[in-house]
Formats: sequence, C-alpha cells, structure tokens
Amino acid sequence: MEKHKKNVVIDVKNLKISFGDLKVLDGINLQLYEKENLVVLGKSGSGKSVLIKCIVSLLQHDKGEITVGKHELTDISDEDLIKVRKKTGFLFQGAALYDSMTVRENLAFALSKSKEKLSKKELEDKIVQALDDVGLPDSIDKMPSELSGGMKKRIGLARTLVVHPEIILYDEPTTGLDPITSNEISNLINETKAKFNNSSIIITHDIACVKKVADRIVMIKDGKIYKEGTLEEFMDDEDDYIQSFFK
Amino acid sequence: MLKPLHKSDGNSLNSVFTQVKNSSFAFFIDMANGTEYLKTVLKNFVTKKFEFQEFLKQCYQIGNKSLGLISITGIIIGLVLTIQSRPPLVQFGAVAMLPGMVAVSIIREMGPVITALICAGKIGSSMGAELGSMRVTEQIDAMEVSNTHPINFLVIPRVAAATVMIPLLTLYADAIGIFGSWLGINIKDTMSLRYFINQAFLSVEFLDIIPAVIKSFFFGAVIGLVGCYKGYNAGRGTESVGVAANSAVVTASLLVIIVDLIAVQITDLI
Repeated sequence: MEKHKKNVVIDVKNLKISFGDLKVLDGINLQLYEKENLVVLGKSGSGKSVLIKCIVSLLQHDKGEITVGKHELTDISDEDLIKVRKKTGFLFQGAALYDSMTVRENLAFALSKSKEKLSKKELEDKIVQALDDVGLPDSIDKMPSELSGGMKKRIGLARTLVVHPEIILYDEPTTGLDPITSNEISNLINETKAKFNNSSIIITHDIACVKKVADRIVMIKDGKIYKEGTLEEFMDDEDDYIQSFFK
Repeated sequence: MLKPLHKSDGNSLNSVFTQVKNSSFAFFIDMANGTEYLKTVLKNFVTKKFEFQEFLKQCYQIGNKSLGLISITGIIIGLVLTIQSRPPLVQFGAVAMLPGMVAVSIIREMGPVITALICAGKIGSSMGAELGSMRVTEQIDAMEVSNTHPINFLVIPRVAAATVMIPLLTLYADAIGIFGSWLGINIKDTMSLRYFINQAFLSVEFLDIIPAVIKSFFFGAVIGLVGCYKGYNAGRGTESVGVAANSAVVTASLLVIIVDLIAVQITDLI
C-alpha cells in the first residue's frame, strides 16, 4: 500500500485522556502521513477536538505517546515544544482572531513569532500574499468584528498559512457556515495542500467536506477508533453507525 | 398552617456539610492556582522579554478609561468631606484647620482608596471580561499555539500598567479632591485658591504622601493581578465571562481594603 511508503509526521499511540470521571479518549492510535489529508470523524463530544489539542500540547494527555516529527510530547522541553508548534498550524473552530487587532496585525503577530526575522516590506508582502491565497486581499485593514463567519475562517486560515507550517490541524473548519461557504473552505483546504504540500488533520462531522478533502478517514466512537479507511471503504460499509453519517 | 421550607433531617445536614466541604476545597484549589499563577508572572517578568508596546497601550487604556470617573469622584469627595467637616469645626472655632484636615485625609486615605476601588470596578472588570472572552473564543489558545506565552503578552503588561498608572491616577485624584474642597469652602465662605493651598499644605508632610503613593502601587498590582487571573482562568462557556468580570471586581475590592489595612498598620509603626 502506498501510504506505508510515506513518512509518518504525527504518530499517536494508545492516547488516553479523561476529564474527571469522563473518559474522553481511551486508547487512540493513529498516524498522519506526509502530504495527506486525514479526516477525523465522529459525533459531537466524541473527543475529536481534544485529540488535536493534545497534538499541540494545549491539553496534557494522561497516558500514551504523541510524536510530532522527531519530538515525543510527554515531558517535552519548552525549546522542543516551540519547534513542534513552529511546524504546526492550527485553525480554530471560531477562527480565534485577536479581537483587538486588525487583520494585518493578526497576521503580523503570527509572523513575528515565526522562525525568520523579516523586514517591514517582507512582512507586508507575506501578509498580502496570504490574504490573496484565501481570496480576501481587501480585508487587510478590517477588524475581526467587521467580518462574516466565513471570512473569519478564511482569515484564520491565512494567519495559519502565513508561517508556512508543515502540518495543519483544522478544528471543524466548516461548522456553522452555509453550504456555499463550506464548499469554498473545503476547496481552500485542497488548494492549500496542493500549493504547500502540507499534511493535515481535519476534524469535522460535515460529510460534504469529508467527501471533498479526505485522503483517509478515522472515525472515533466512545473514545476509541471505530473504523479507519478511505472514503470508498466508509461509503461501502453497511454498519448502521457509519451509515448514519453518510446518509 | 405554613409548611417548613426545608425538612430538618439528616439529609439536609449532609448536604450542608458537603457544600461546606466543596467550598473549602474550591477555596484551597483557588489559593494553590493563584500562588502558581503569581509565581509564573513574577518569574516571566524577570526572565522573559517585556512587551513594551503592549504595556504602553495598556497604560493609555487604563488612564483614558478612568480619568473622567476619577475627576468626578475626586471633586465630589473633596466637596462632601469639606461640607460634612465644616459644622463641627465651626463649633470648636477651628474652621481655619479645614483645608489642612481635608487635604491630609484625601492624600493619606480617601484619594488612594477611592481611586483603587474605582479602578477595581472599572479596570479589574474590564481585564476579567477581556481575558475571559479571549479564553472562551480560544484566542488565548491561539496565542499559545503561535508560540507566544499568554502570560508574557497579556498578563504582565496589564499588571505593570495598572501598577504604574494607579499611583498616577491617585495623585491626580488627590489634586482634584483638594480643588473640590476649595469649591466646598467657597459655598459658605470666600477663600482664594492660593490661600487655601497654602493652608492645606501647611498640614501635609512628606510622610503623608510617600506611604500613600507606595500603597497605591500595591493597589495597582493587586487590581491587575486579580483582574487578569480571573479572566485568564475563566471557564469555557460564555457565562464564565460575566462570572470572571464580577469575581475580579469583588476580589480586587476586598484585597484593596485588606492591603490598605496592612499599609496603615505598617505606616503607624514608622
């Protein structure tokens, strides 16, 4: 199989995390391969977002191993965590744009914390390019409060892309958007992959988005992996739970 | 016949006991978290790069937000103190002491405490709500993912700005309060501003001003630390923004009074 020839960029082994008595993830194993779009599917509250928050150490897992590139995250040093986060972009569910900053300042803020030191002109060029990539060059001086939900998601994606991450984690990128905007965001995810050759984990329960972007799908149920496979394998599966998503 | 609201049985006693146990537990958890937070703020303040631009922005915000309110309150405090103190002083034939007495009470106590309490309401709540809403909308998480320590970028500049600005606002409130007192005297008598100021500052000593300024630095630090702590540790739901803002005001106001009590005891020893 071709996927096994590719490098593993994220390797999750036996991941467990609980909040109080509630077991959210109970022994998750998954790999993200180079230049792959991996969709994590599951109903609300199944722990999909928790999984990717563990991958960037926003949440501390209780047991198991998460390896991003060469770095294992359990007891990782601050310097290594900075390296992991520099190669990982995260698009939050509500885009998480900084309210008190304009779009330009949001992108400049992300760039100021990235690997390279840039001149004012280089900084401006990169910001304009990133906004061009998401189709919103005219929003540069707007405040987040002046943007629609779809525009916020695009700007959030521009802020993620502007630092050229090797891995992008999308947390429900199309949730709360109308079908047309959802379709545009799904196209953007594919265009981003084609242009930057990055690997992505896409958390969603939007099947239209899954059909557009998925190279491989992992389904989570009751804190465990319920099924792993390609879109065709999921579509052909007669299991009631799986079909309840695809019908 | 009226029915009792609660049955006085073992169950309700048990539930009271559980409630007390949970509250005490939550209090100690909060104390532990607060200590850890204070340690991180102090450590990062000393070891990490100081966000000077953000500090200046916060100084402007704090001064700009509070100046109008402090001006109005300062004038009213000066006026009220003067109007209330005048009759007993007239009775004892000591009305000439009025400017000095009002100036000393404003500089030593009223100015710093009233300014701090207003700032606890205005700045503490705004810090709690702002950081709380940043927590709820995942902006703090986004900052962390992009390798910016939120404590360095959000908390330290705000605490530093409150620590610097509140003493300045206090001195301004003192000046406005003393001016208010002059207005108060001129309601019943006539006194020139120059004579009033001469009389007022005959009674004010250097040792009245310095402890008051020092304690207002602590008031500023307390308001900044509490406001940011409550917002930074807000829950995930939208209602937690309101809870954080409210809790920031209540805790900061209470701590201002406690710090004032300690400061008065220390000043007394000196």
